[in-house]
Amino acid sequence: MKLTLRIWRQHDTEAPGGMATYDVDGISPGMSFLEMLDTLNERLTVEGEEPVAFDHDCREGICGACSLVINGEAHGPERTTACQLHMRSFRDGDTIDVEPWRAAAFPVVRDLVVDRAAFDRIIQSGGYVSVPTGSAPEAHATPVPKAAADSAFEHAECIGCGACVAACPNGSAMLFTSAKVNHLGALPQGAPERETRVLDMVAQMDAEGFGGCTLAGECATACPKGIPLTSITAMNREWLRASRKVPRS
Amino acid sequence: MTDYARYTTGDPLADTKAPDGPIEQRWDTRRFTAKLVNPANRRKHTVIVVGTGLAGGSAGATLAEQGYHVVQFCYQDSPRRAHSIAAQGGINAAKNYRNDGDSIHRLFYDTVKGGDFRSRESNVHRLAQISVEIIDQCVAQGVPFAREYGGLLDTRSFGGVQVSRTFYARGQTGQQLLLGAYQALSRQIAAGNVELHARTEMLDLLVIDGRARGIVARDLVTGEISAYVADAVVLASGGYGNVFYLSTNAMNSNATAIWRAHRRGAHFANPCFTQIHPTCIPRTGDHQSKLTLMSESLRNDGRIWVPKAKGDTRPAAGIPEEERDYYLERVYPAFGNLVPRDIASRAAKNVCDEGRGVGPGGQGVYLDFADAIARLGRKAVEAKYGNLFEMYERITAEDPYEVPMRIYPAVHYTMGGLWVDYDLQTTIPGLFAIGEANFSDHGANRLGASALMQGLADGYFVLPATVNDYLARHPGNDTPGPEHPAVAAVLAEAKERLHRLVGVGGDRSADSFHREIGELMWEFCGMARNEEGLRKALDRIPQIREEFWRRIKVPGTEGEFNQSLERANRVVDYLELAELMCLDALHRAESCGGHFREESQTPDGEAARRDDDFSYAAAWEFTGTGSAPVLHREDLAFAYVHPTQRSYA
Amino acid sequence: MARTVWGSTVGKKAVMAVSGLVMLLYLVVHMFGNLKIFFGPGTFDSYAHWLRTLGEPFLHYEWALWIIRVGLVVAVVAHGVAAYQLSRRDLRSRPVGYVHTKARSSYATRTMRWGGVILALFIVWHLLDLTTGTVQRGFVPGHPYHNVVAAFHDWWNNAIYIVAMLALGLHVRHGFWSAAQTLGAGSATRNRVLKGTANALALVLTAGFVAVPVGVMTGLVS
Repeated sequence: MKLTLRIWRQHDTEAPGGMATYDVDGISPGMSFLEMLDTLNERLTVEGEEPVAFDHDCREGICGACSLVINGEAHGPERTTACQLHMRSFRDGDTIDVEPWRAAAFPVVRDLVVDRAAFDRIIQSGGYVSVPTGSAPEAHATPVPKAAADSAFEHAECIGCGACVAACPNGSAMLFTSAKVNHLGALPQGAPERETRVLDMVAQMDAEGFGGCTLAGECATACPKGIPLTSITAMNREWLRASRKVPRS
Repeated sequence: MTDYARYTTGDPLADTKAPDGPIEQRWDTRRFTAKLVNPANRRKHTVIVVGTGLAGGSAGATLAEQGYHVVQFCYQDSPRRAHSIAAQGGINAAKNYRNDGDSIHRLFYDTVKGGDFRSRESNVHRLAQISVEIIDQCVAQGVPFAREYGGLLDTRSFGGVQVSRTFYARGQTGQQLLLGAYQALSRQIAAGNVELHARTEMLDLLVIDGRARGIVARDLVTGEISAYVADAVVLASGGYGNVFYLSTNAMNSNATAIWRAHRRGAHFANPCFTQIHPTCIPRTGDHQSKLTLMSESLRNDGRIWVPKAKGDTRPAAGIPEEERDYYLERVYPAFGNLVPRDIASRAAKNVCDEGRGVGPGGQGVYLDFADAIARLGRKAVEAKYGNLFEMYERITAEDPYEVPMRIYPAVHYTMGGLWVDYDLQTTIPGLFAIGEANFSDHGANRLGASALMQGLADGYFVLPATVNDYLARHPGNDTPGPEHPAVAAVLAEAKERLHRLVGVGGDRSADSFHREIGELMWEFCGMARNEEGLRKALDRIPQIREEFWRRIKVPGTEGEFNQSLERANRVVDYLELAELMCLDALHRAESCGGHFREESQTPDGEAARRDDDFSYAAAWEFTGTGSAPVLHREDLAFAYVHPTQRSYA
Repeated sequence: MARTVWGSTVGKKAVMAVSGLVMLLYLVVHMFGNLKIFFGPGTFDSYAHWLRTLGEPFLHYEWALWIIRVGLVVAVVAHGVAAYQLSRRDLRSRPVGYVHTKARSSYATRTMRWGGVILALFIVWHLLDLTTGTVQRGFVPGHPYHNVVAAFHDWWNNAIYIVAMLALGLHVRHGFWSAAQTLGAGSATRNRVLKGTANALALVLTAGFVAVPVGVMTGLVS
């Protein structure tokens, strides 16, 4: 396959960026999208040009490092991560636009690499159960209904990639935040900190400069792990309940 | 013994920390004899933790909970992305919830036997004891393990054992356990007890007056190289499977932290012990950057076969039943397709070497579900393996319900690592290694679902107790400042190395060298090894190294975000570590676990251990790049589990 | 609590949801009242008169109407201010846009902001037209039937009303569903019903409101 790539190049956070055009040849349909970029980078390196920077690590769709907007869609046309997207999803001769996640809370580090530390700070603000090592009761002390455990798991599947923010017309992090709120909220172990968790995490999410939710639903469409839009609804419910129970200044 | 002259033999090594007495009491005894640091004094101590996977994340969180000031590093942009996240199957624990005869002693026994009698009994027994606490801790953190309708935890069986002791969260157990540790760590970051440096990679270890006192690390965003001093250093940087280039490891998993520590005096134990997982998706071409694992559970219902005739290029459907060779069922009628990982891997290699492999390049065997679908129906197969089938189809564009899967073994885990004593301390006082980074508890072969168990046991329970003891014995306020000459020297050395890499200005990328060394290792130090091949590799590696320093091309500078430089710097270390792996494999003229020496096999082609000559852990001391290392043997005694030869026929 | 709510994007959105639902409820009643025009000037004008005497003798003349008006003003202001603030925030949250744009959400979703602005402008026009009569030449206070018929004699005024009511339909279609989600009422099983209700509300309101100008234009109401 022969392709034309238009890739966002930006030297650092402060520098202006722009799309640069590259032609690549000899791409096989079995390659992953990232392997296609590897091919380009190998050529650029040998030619003495700086290769395109992009985040990636596990390349099996679970670490959440890869973060490419391909032809205007977070992770590209398939519902998976960019590392699991294969070139057979494109046609010979295609022109493909590759851009970084776009959000004020995700500043560009270089080229296609963005800083997602804001997500970590949201988790730090309350996305945990306070249980120091050694203080845990016997695992079977509290049975958890299977439905609750399954629901917790479905939300816990979030890989923290940020595609929800990238796809949202408002750059909102509601789906990410709600996934963690609902994961822990579904379990009895998460109940004692239920109210403070949701209030603090939403407050941190706002403080990071993410946009608000308008229920456009693009986050859930882009989510490679299929976290549903109802996750946001459930968090809203949780938040309203908490705001009534916990008066704060 | 081999006459190979590129190493010398030094004094034997012994673990002096494990107490005597009955094995069940040793961990209690050790915890009691360990000195404690007054809680009020703990915040005066700084502990560096490198890595945020299951071992590092749990260790950092726990040390911080105890009151220590923890400074933690990861090369990823977030601690949540450490490669523990990719573990699929589950985590073992001797809970005996099934009442199926499991016990701590049985888990201990299975692990020592599964490791082919090359692990340390005291450590393995402690691991089995702690396994039950891990499950309690993780459940309390909100890890959503699979449950039954009664609300209790579900378990499943895994290879090599006869009880059901594996706890799991669908096919994403590693992810869920890692997120648990990450959340505990996040809580401590928020509390100000952990200072996290993400996108920061360790380049070297600071050893001052014989003690580990910190690290030199590079901020991968700004390129700035700084020294971080501390009272103890913990390496939780994972294994070194990426030496092989193609593996199931993450692209950026690397050996730099442990290799740099080795260069500074930490002995490296059993580097040749690597685990090759039999069920991975085969490579499709030269562009391939990594290999993807398919859960071992597939072998429960899939039948493995290749054509009987060499070079048979007909599609699977076109090969009649009588021209197929279900070789595992033929050679190992008792265990059939469910033989242990090392045996299944080697058998696949053998049939492919005979020219009977399938798929592009002939590097694959069929894993066929046609019988299972005919017997159970497509629905039942889908319920059991649907997500795996989907994953396979996404990668290969072949529908495994219609066409048999193609699988091939791939490098998956490294049992070797930094030598540690019972306290998980390396041969450098104050330097600890946990998780896959140490040579640990798995001997020559790791059982499925044991890696998660070991990482969390080390991080949550073992290390925090033993670090306490070390710090209590080194209470001084003598933390060296950044101006200390030894700090400045290591810092300058690290900067110089990167500067040199950028300065070569050659014509080959780091990836191309990585690929070259990886292919060499796979050929000569992979699933089967022999003296001739290993010697060939040992001759070739120094040549590649020399060529690397002549022809490497690193665009950009060291003072900026530079992924090419990161890669090149990691390849530098692979080029040295590969040599030690081959040397270790050459010197160990026996077959055991994942290490198969063709010279040492039984008449029917199975691995033959030689306990009289090799019942020891080989700990290697670094003497200089390309110069003969020193071998220190730690003799292994088996008082509770008596070595036997494995048989699966 | 009030500060928690107004200080959070989730809380502010809840304010929008509640104020939106208040206005929606008013609109349903309003539309219902409007349709009385098809029963002739007597029914319609006496209905208008009844609105002013509602609650008597407990309330004075027109007090109920004023209470409703004040409530509506509070809802409109809260809705508008929250929308303005949230929109500004949303725009700031993506300072550099995508080069390759691809919209996937529905038209109703994408037009909420401009639709809201159109509706705000329309409300002003509507009040000047049929409440105060400021912009209507033949306006006679106290004769609503006459005024409505007069207002819709101008084709361009009909056009304004019809366009605004189509905008209203779109706004309600996404707004009702969104408000339900914001207040936590949605779930995987309930969402189909909520979507259906939103569509029905949008359709009925638009049709009901448009019926009046269309009635005048076609001579059904004269």
